[in-house]
Amino acid sequence: MIQFLQYLGESTRTSFTKLGRGTYFLLQTVSGILSVLPRPRLLLTQMYSVGVMSFLIITISGLFVGMVLGLQGYYTLSDFGAEETLGVMVAASLVRELGPVVSALLFAGRAGSALTAEIGLMKATEQLSGMEMMAVDPIKRIMTPRFLAGLMSMPLLAALFSAVGIIGGQIIGSGLLGVDEGAYWSQMQASIDFRDDIINGVIKSIVFGFVTSWIALFEGYDAIPTSEGVSRATTRTVVNSAFSILGLDFILTTLMFGDD
Amino acid sequence: MDNSDSSQDILVSVRNLSFSRGNQKIFDDISLDFERGKITAIMGPSGTGKTTLLKLIGGQLFPDQGSITVDGQNVHKLRRTELYNLRKRLGMLFQSGALLTDMNVYDNVAFPLREHTHLTESMIRTLVLMKLQAVGLRGARNMMPNELSGGMARRIALARAIALDPMMILYDEPFTGQDPISMGVLVHLIKSLNNILGLTSIIVSHDVHDTSAIADYIYVLSGGKIVGEGTPKEIQNSESEWVQQFMTGAADGPVHFHYPAKDYVDDLLSSGKRY
Amino acid sequence: MQHTSTQDTLVGLFVASGVVGLFFLALQVSNLSSFVEEDSYTITARFENSGGLKIKSPVSAAGVKIGKVSAISFDPKTYESVVQMNINARYNTIPDDTTASIFTAGLLGEQYVNLEPGGSDVFLKNDGKIEITQSAIILEKAIGQFLFKSAEEKK
Repeated sequence: MIQFLQYLGESTRTSFTKLGRGTYFLLQTVSGILSVLPRPRLLLTQMYSVGVMSFLIITISGLFVGMVLGLQGYYTLSDFGAEETLGVMVAASLVRELGPVVSALLFAGRAGSALTAEIGLMKATEQLSGMEMMAVDPIKRIMTPRFLAGLMSMPLLAALFSAVGIIGGQIIGSGLLGVDEGAYWSQMQASIDFRDDIINGVIKSIVFGFVTSWIALFEGYDAIPTSEGVSRATTRTVVNSAFSILGLDFILTTLMFGDD
Repeated sequence: MDNSDSSQDILVSVRNLSFSRGNQKIFDDISLDFERGKITAIMGPSGTGKTTLLKLIGGQLFPDQGSITVDGQNVHKLRRTELYNLRKRLGMLFQSGALLTDMNVYDNVAFPLREHTHLTESMIRTLVLMKLQAVGLRGARNMMPNELSGGMARRIALARAIALDPMMILYDEPFTGQDPISMGVLVHLIKSLNNILGLTSIIVSHDVHDTSAIADYIYVLSGGKIVGEGTPKEIQNSESEWVQQFMTGAADGPVHFHYPAKDYVDDLLSSGKRY
Repeated sequence: MQHTSTQDTLVGLFVASGVVGLFFLALQVSNLSSFVEEDSYTITARFENSGGLKIKSPVSAAGVKIGKVSAISFDPKTYESVVQMNINARYNTIPDDTTASIFTAGLLGEQYVNLEPGGSDVFLKNDGKIEITQSAIILEKAIGQFLFKSAEEKK
């Protein structure tokens, strides 16, 4: 019993220590923004490996998710004779929830894990230490551009996911199942609010991009510099990002859509 | 460097340094001096914190006690920008080379120049090719780090370390895991760079033979203490049993073959426990 | 770290497609386009009960959306619900004897205001009032009445 309490206390303490280190790391990373802005090249390269490399998985998944929503929504709605509102259903679920959340989960799996592995290996092969000895701050030079790239790519990816999904829903809904195309779009436009739905969805995805990039970079930076340590850190990135995304989604949803 | 008695000049001085990691004392009140323009070697068995010493000199780690002065500046009292300015004048050669794996050889050598100078690309090109020529790998400029052999990677890292024309280079185990030819190349390079560029070199190594061939002065560390120091000849003829064992590589001596453990017979007979 | 122009192009394409996606969401999916559309004018109608009507509920005439509800308030003197509607300025020929009723789209659908034009030659202007209104049908009430009636008939 005492051992268990000791273990509990110890692990609580270490997790707070880690959170503290993570926060310090985040502050350092953010403070590097000014030194990155004059060098857009650094950012561009990272936009490529973070954003462009996630483009395909995001658009393809978005298309399929939209198509499934179209199918499922149609069968459910047609029971009530409300097939015309298919567009609303597809768009609302994508823009409010599935777009930001699923694209952030995919982003954590695709780009986040890659970032952690990259940074962890850089640490294991003394590249970060080497940079420090060359009087180059690895946080500013390595972390900040990647962080910014993640922050900027995430809303774009989420918007793409939702847009492609809505088109996918339309392909299935009106192309295959015969929902009137005009009704699909006009009902959608009547119900989806720009500020309440679109902007809130974008805010969500920015928050998710922030958290996922932070977790991915910090786990890599904090990884034990061995192959096992890096692989564990990569796993932690995906798991912790998923938890944070879903938890934050709940909080943000209550804040944004709670009082109608 | 321009004054005549520069050979007596101390570039790096370590005073009463203590450093521990967890409960383990890595350095216990040691003092070392590194002369300007000379090659000084720090030797000792693996795990004596030789690399830690280099990181302390470079200001990456902080000592528990004592001070390290590099070129008149106390490394651990410097502010961040001052430390970074000092580091620009130091080159460090990591054991693994620590080349940036997402850039090719050319960009790796150009990296410190691009980060710290405002030279034009054509000037950088000239400098990079000069440095690569110095280590004999001008032809490998388009290769990626993962295509290089260990010895080549170390030579490229050396070219990068001298890119900003530093006053001192710290070598971390430069000879480990090298075949005889690349070892010979590295020994030759370290020696000639030191003489031609007027550098000061600190080599950390456990390779007795090759290090004593180029070092001007050797410190032997063990258990956090200096157990021997002197010119290579003095070390060879040291009366210390420990130094003798280290230099000749005898399997048993003051350093025992066995890691500390409880009595062998007792251990075998206590069969009840798993460990 | 190899800066190639292909990479630049791909990043450019990525950012552009993301921005296109955002614009698509803003203009094609949401009601932003109807926000910035032409001017509108406001009319009000008083209902005994506005039921589940909400701000932004559609206002339609002959099944076509011509505006939306902009405000709903309770008048403490007359105990009526005051519904303010923004009507698209294009539709400026709504007679002043128009009937406004609150309907439900489908059995469980959203409630909306339906305008049934009368025969007057005078058209509603900004801040005009619709006098003839028909309240929302409250499902519970309707069911209650129905049950009550059928119980009485059985007697």
